[in-house]
Amino acid sequence: MTFLSAPDAIGSDLPRRDGPAKVLGTAVYAYETPADGAAYVHPVQATIARGRITELDTTAAEALDGVAAVLTPATTERLASTDDRELAALQDEEVAFRGQVIALVVADSSETARHAASLVEVAYAQQAHDAELRADRDDLYAPEQVNPTFPTDTAEGDVEAALAAAEVTVQQTYTTAMNHNNPMEPHATTALWDPADGGSLTLWDSTQGVHPTRAALARVFGLDEQRIRVVCPYVGGGFGSKGQPHVNVVLAALAARALPGQPVRLALTRQQMFCLAGYRTPTILRCSLGADRDGTLTALAVDVVEQTSRIKEFAEQTGVPARIMYATANRRTTHRLAALDVPVPSWMRAPGECPGMFGPEVAMDELAERLGMDPIDLRVRNEPEVEPGSGKPFSSRNLVGCLREGAERFGWSRRDPRPGVRRRGAWLVGTGVAASTYPVNRMSQSTAVIRRVGDRYVAEIGAADLGTGTWTTLPQIAADALGVPVSRVEVRIGDTDYPMASVAGGSSGMTTWGSAVVEAARALRERYGNEPPDGAAASGSVGRPDDRYAMHAFGAQFAEAHIHTDTGEVRVPRLLGVFAAGRIINPRTARSQFIGGMTMGLSMALHESSVLDPRSGHVVNHDLAEYHITVNADVSEIEAYWLPEHDPHVNAMGSKGIGEIGIVGTAAAVSNAVWHACGVRVRDLPITLDKVLPALEEG
Amino acid sequence: MHTEITVRVDGAPRRLTVDTRTTLLDALRERLGVTSPKKGCDHGQCGACTVLSGGKRVLSCLTLAVTQDGARVTTAEGLAAEDTAPDERGPVDGDGRSPDDTDRHLHPVQRAFIDRDAFQCGYCTPGQVVSAVGMLREFARGWPSAVTEGGREPRLDHAEIAERMSGNLCRCAAYVNIVPAIQQAAAEAGTEVAG
Repeated sequence: MTFLSAPDAIGSDLPRRDGPAKVLGTAVYAYETPADGAAYVHPVQATIARGRITELDTTAAEALDGVAAVLTPATTERLASTDDRELAALQDEEVAFRGQVIALVVADSSETARHAASLVEVAYAQQAHDAELRADRDDLYAPEQVNPTFPTDTAEGDVEAALAAAEVTVQQTYTTAMNHNNPMEPHATTALWDPADGGSLTLWDSTQGVHPTRAALARVFGLDEQRIRVVCPYVGGGFGSKGQPHVNVVLAALAARALPGQPVRLALTRQQMFCLAGYRTPTILRCSLGADRDGTLTALAVDVVEQTSRIKEFAEQTGVPARIMYATANRRTTHRLAALDVPVPSWMRAPGECPGMFGPEVAMDELAERLGMDPIDLRVRNEPEVEPGSGKPFSSRNLVGCLREGAERFGWSRRDPRPGVRRRGAWLVGTGVAASTYPVNRMSQSTAVIRRVGDRYVAEIGAADLGTGTWTTLPQIAADALGVPVSRVEVRIGDTDYPMASVAGGSSGMTTWGSAVVEAARALRERYGNEPPDGAAASGSVGRPDDRYAMHAFGAQFAEAHIHTDTGEVRVPRLLGVFAAGRIINPRTARSQFIGGMTMGLSMALHESSVLDPRSGHVVNHDLAEYHITVNADVSEIEAYWLPEHDPHVNAMGSKGIGEIGIVGTAAAVSNAVWHACGVRVRDLPITLDKVLPALEEG
Repeated sequence: MHTEITVRVDGAPRRLTVDTRTTLLDALRERLGVTSPKKGCDHGQCGACTVLSGGKRVLSCLTLAVTQDGARVTTAEGLAAEDTAPDERGPVDGDGRSPDDTDRHLHPVQRAFIDRDAFQCGYCTPGQVVSAVGMLREFARGWPSAVTEGGREPRLDHAEIAERMSGNLCRCAAYVNIVPAIQQAAAEAGTEVAG
């Protein structure tokens, strides 16, 4: 690894290279790919949560003028692999969750496709379904591992004995709601099956990883990867929901293969996204803390209950952050799942860390309250010297620095710790703090090629820019690795015709792709010197991480909450975050990622809740009018800062990944501020007025 | 049922036959290949499809194309030409070599969005930009909003802009950059901006 010790372009405040195309709207997203004579695809969805299709009558749909094909389980080609049952579209008559796709209409216009879909007649043999997550279910099970490959349970010492002996304890249950990623661009694909020479499939797909999508589709269709090309220069947001292909991509490919030579377009509707594009499982966290009077933690347990679908397991690693946050001799983390007749859960921004830092970070605030101790001092008191569990040294850990810098900037020292005593007009005012963390993830494979073209350098890698800034930041890394001004570097990303790149997930993009780019630049300079001839090229791949160190980013989040004494309305006029996330590649795009994460955390805290009716297995508030996300009027001041952190161990850039840490801890900081404002502990997200109002009425 | 209509889109008259069920958004995106306005929800709940019709902001997904016969429709792509005098237009600035559109002219609101990094993924951005231009015109005409204090002239402060822009969702959550970007563009145009 070549550590870039004297960066120049890295750290520069450069505007986005794709800015003009995005403000004009000329950046081409998947559905918009020019394609003459494209047909339009509309899925038909199951209206029961479990059972079997007994009759599927497509006569009326097929009779409609303009309908090119209606695909059903009876008429659809058999897929080569149905191991991944989420992707095994239209292979049999079984219905495993409400909203599952049971037929597909292809027509010459989107209106006709949609109309025809409504004409498909379906009869079912319905079976009793079960779509209710409860911690007291008797069929909870322990998965073999949790996402992606963490142990399901951990245990050190004797938690129960330590809790029994503890001078102060907090034992509470915290819950987070079912949340949907809801990127603004719906999941969409333009697909073309060219039957020439044995056939080839081109997918212009909105994806966080063109190569992983190609690999998955190759498996499902039994095609050689070389026969599939996936193209995605721009992604209209993903937040994890476009990290793994969902069934919509398979449906688009099936429709394309049913109409050889004709391009087809499929965009999920916003409503369909609530069944077909992944979501964050609701979580139930039982948190137990034991401490000495001086605040030293003697026991820490996080026992998680969450859901997965019956057809495909996704085990969110919600207990994992509690394994490394604080020092204690007695620690337990467990995960138990309920397999339900529900849509398949998946990644949503900071899976594990995001819900898994809500319960523990509110519990720490409750412990501070019981101890009469400042919540920042309590966290500092329990700072570990090495990574708990592994015993490895941290490559860098600046949680304490973030807490102190944030306290200074936020004005924490003036805080009166008593709850419910600050009134401004009709509003009760309070402040709260919580910690953030996110691991430094590096994927095992990614390759970049850098080529000298005239006076310029062109770097190619199949990486993605979901708004994260890759179009702008990868050239900064390449420029420093090549020792040339950034204006001489062009990057090409988002196409499987470029070298293989890993998924933009787990905040791993810059660590992984950036390392590959640095290695390619090093190889080019080694072979050709500092002025390679025109046409000279070299490739480089990401290496293995230095596993002598534990690598994590940390942060501290501060919130101010106002509670209306008459209505219980909760407002958060101020959020402030300080992060220690290694070297920042581009402060402008980095700040946007931090504030974006924090705002989504605020959204989780106050608004977001997918209401799954257990009677129907249906998310009843399945649109953006009823699934509330933070809007402009919900935010006023959101500030993000970072510590100058030098970490030569993480990667050549010294960067840690910043796409996800911003959402971690925000909801806990808000809940803690709500308690400080009005004296009500809200342990159940989102914090809606009905949860604070009864206590306000009593007061 | 189909009807022939003529719509002036970003300055160019476009004649087309539409299914009477077709929305203005689908007519633009799927018939005319004008994909600057985006489809985020198709139900008027997200604002990504915002265009100007006759100079006013409308949700093109809730507007039937047949109602736009003879209308003047402006998308983010045509905003600079529609809204500004030629000397106000600027070239793309900065180091910003873009994969496309390097030499297109931008509206001052669009330049301010780039300056303030008021977007990430870019999917809601054309709608945000058009909505901001329409909103500033509404403000200039003295239209009040839900947060305007009764009997007072509205002031172009954070709360007014945030309120008036809340029909445009941004999941990347660039809100705290969008408001200053709009204030910057408004100030450049000579509008008094309050802190």
